[in-house]
Amino acid sequence: MQPTAALALPLRPPAHRVDPRAVQWWRLQGLVALVVLAGPQLVVWLALGASAPFWLLLTTILTALAAAVYTLVVPPIRYRIHRWEITDEAVYTRSGLVVREWRIAPISRVQTVDTEHGPLQQWLTLASVTVTTASARGPVTIHGLAADDAAELARVLTETTQATPGDAT
Amino acid sequence: MTDVGAEVPWRRLDGRMLVVAPMQHVVRLLPLLVILLFTGRGDPVRLWITLGITVALVVLGLVRWKTTRYRITPDRVELHSGWVRRQRRSVPRDRLRTVDVTSTLLHRVFGLGVLHVRGASHASADHHGLKLDAVSVAEAGRLRRELLQSSPAPGGVGGRTPGPDQAADAPDAPGAPGEVLSGDGRRGDHRHSRVLSVLRWPWIRFAPLTTSALAGTGVLIAAVWNVVSELGVRPRDLPFAADFEQRVLGAAIWLTVGFLALALLVVAVLGALLMFTERWWGYRLTRDDEGTLRVHRGLLTRRSLSVAGNRLRGVLVSEPLLLRAGRGAQTRVLATGLGRGSQGGALQPPASRSETHALAALVAGEPVERSTLAPLRRHPRRALWRRLTRAVGPALVVCAAGWTVASTVAGWSWLGPLTTALAALAVPLALDRYRNLGHLLTDRHLVTRWGGLHRHTVVLERSGVIGWRLRQSVFQRRVGLVTVEAVTAAGDGGYRVTDVTAADGVALAAAVTPSVLADLRRSAPPGAEEAPGDLAAQCAGRGPQERLDHR
Repeated sequence: MQPTAALALPLRPPAHRVDPRAVQWWRLQGLVALVVLAGPQLVVWLALGASAPFWLLLTTILTALAAAVYTLVVPPIRYRIHRWEITDEAVYTRSGLVVREWRIAPISRVQTVDTEHGPLQQWLTLASVTVTTASARGPVTIHGLAADDAAELARVLTETTQATPGDAT
Repeated sequence: MTDVGAEVPWRRLDGRMLVVAPMQHVVRLLPLLVILLFTGRGDPVRLWITLGITVALVVLGLVRWKTTRYRITPDRVELHSGWVRRQRRSVPRDRLRTVDVTSTLLHRVFGLGVLHVRGASHASADHHGLKLDAVSVAEAGRLRRELLQSSPAPGGVGGRTPGPDQAADAPDAPGAPGEVLSGDGRRGDHRHSRVLSVLRWPWIRFAPLTTSALAGTGVLIAAVWNVVSELGVRPRDLPFAADFEQRVLGAAIWLTVGFLALALLVVAVLGALLMFTERWWGYRLTRDDEGTLRVHRGLLTRRSLSVAGNRLRGVLVSEPLLLRAGRGAQTRVLATGLGRGSQGGALQPPASRSETHALAALVAGEPVERSTLAPLRRHPRRALWRRLTRAVGPALVVCAAGWTVASTVAGWSWLGPLTTALAALAVPLALDRYRNLGHLLTDRHLVTRWGGLHRHTVVLERSGVIGWRLRQSVFQRRVGLVTVEAVTAAGDGGYRVTDVTAADGVALAAAVTPSVLADLRRSAPPGAEEAPGDLAAQCAGRGPQERLDHR
């Protein structure tokens, strides 16, 4: 595997995985998408009864199938890819299914730290932490952390950034 | 808020706004008022409506003036405004990035200027900043200076302290309103401003090559058309229209099309020249002792943009296709807090390539060959394949669609050859895009160039890099390329180095921010550890074929 090693990005993966419940969270999101996308089609098909066109049934089934496959297959892969770490110097994340993305935000440049709990996340006691810098392109988001970990992380980061003088631009 | 802040008195906008604000609205509503007055043939109702509108405008102006207050405390700029919908906005002073002063013709007649301050963060209140519309020109100059001082001096609270600033502004205040905003550099006051660039009229030849000027022309035509149709004049009723129509209908189709194209071109060029004159009349770029860059320009509307030296993060040379074809370019500044509204950060009108690069180097504080004209490192051949697939792939899809339509829909047979010709253009475009890719790390800057239809060369200070984004698509992963984006608080927020090898990409980031990347790197094979920071070693180590031909 020599050529592969030479081609790989010489960055080590971030140390931590997100909470295992994140897989369920992504699955639930997939299910919601399934209901939102396929549901109306199904309702229309049922409402039209015998006069319903055949292709509507086809698109309904295809949509449902795609969403179901996504729900089954993607979240575990995503769980393996999504990683994060706070080093002494930086917030470091890896994400992205098709386009892999590594984001590095030096701690000294962090301006704000936000935690966010969506309805599904609240139910699973998960949270997302967003770290923003002075750049529009800069925010680093860690999705699917355990709520306690997220709160602790936000607290530590906020303390660190407050200790850093200047306005981080 | 500190104790001192509470003592700073509130100030009002300039009293002359009582006249100027209603007049501004009247000017804006002029077409409507003209129609109301002159199409009714003395209808008294229309007269009353006009009078009503005018009175309402005056009252509104009065209310606005009465309810708007501002003050500058040691740590914040505060603005309270509104009567029905009260707004209280405040921006921390250490977040302030740029201050610009604009004054329209009307403002200038009354010696007023609109002061716009913007903050750094992308929170909306900071980002949109505060607008003081309007204060006297002397006051604007004083506020600008005070706000741009990097650390607010304890004595200078509220700008009340009489000092050399005010003394210097005093002669500006009365008389020649056109001069006041541009006064402080030329007249040799206490701050020694160095003039970096002044308007050279030969630059006007580049004006028709910029799309913004063409767009401006479109607006102009639309405006004229609107006024003409609002006034109820039908072009057909004009005396020469019928004759003209006869001639056009009698002529061959290609003649008509050719004539129309020529007419459009002439109008566009004229419009561009007019726009250039309005925008860049009296242009002057200065830099003072503290490193504050100041752009003055404008014929009818005077604009002045000030960027404090400590907000400067780099410089950008922009070359849209047309301008590039005409061997021109334009310099823009990268500074934190410089929104898109701040005149795009243009430091110079579109000018000849050599002058543009010379100015960019001057602003970056490095010789030309270490800034925008640096001998950039070429990106690997694999990047060329990526450019080709990305350009040709979609073009082929369009081409296929074109042929499908051409073969199925009658009368559309020309679509096939046309899309094929367009698709063929994708290849030179991709080659050009590859040729333009390049980057280099100098002692102080990261230099990167990209783009074909619109070529950009960015010189970004190393210290201005506040993060990294590394992106790899599936295809990039397979061939070991990566797109590295240096995140910064200035300009677009991030500048890309597209398609470098994975090892080079990480080495680049590590060279700019060594401490941050230090423990994130995987132990790399020894060959990949070449430091990209050393320009001389790179020039020596890499053959000339590896360097970019930037001309």
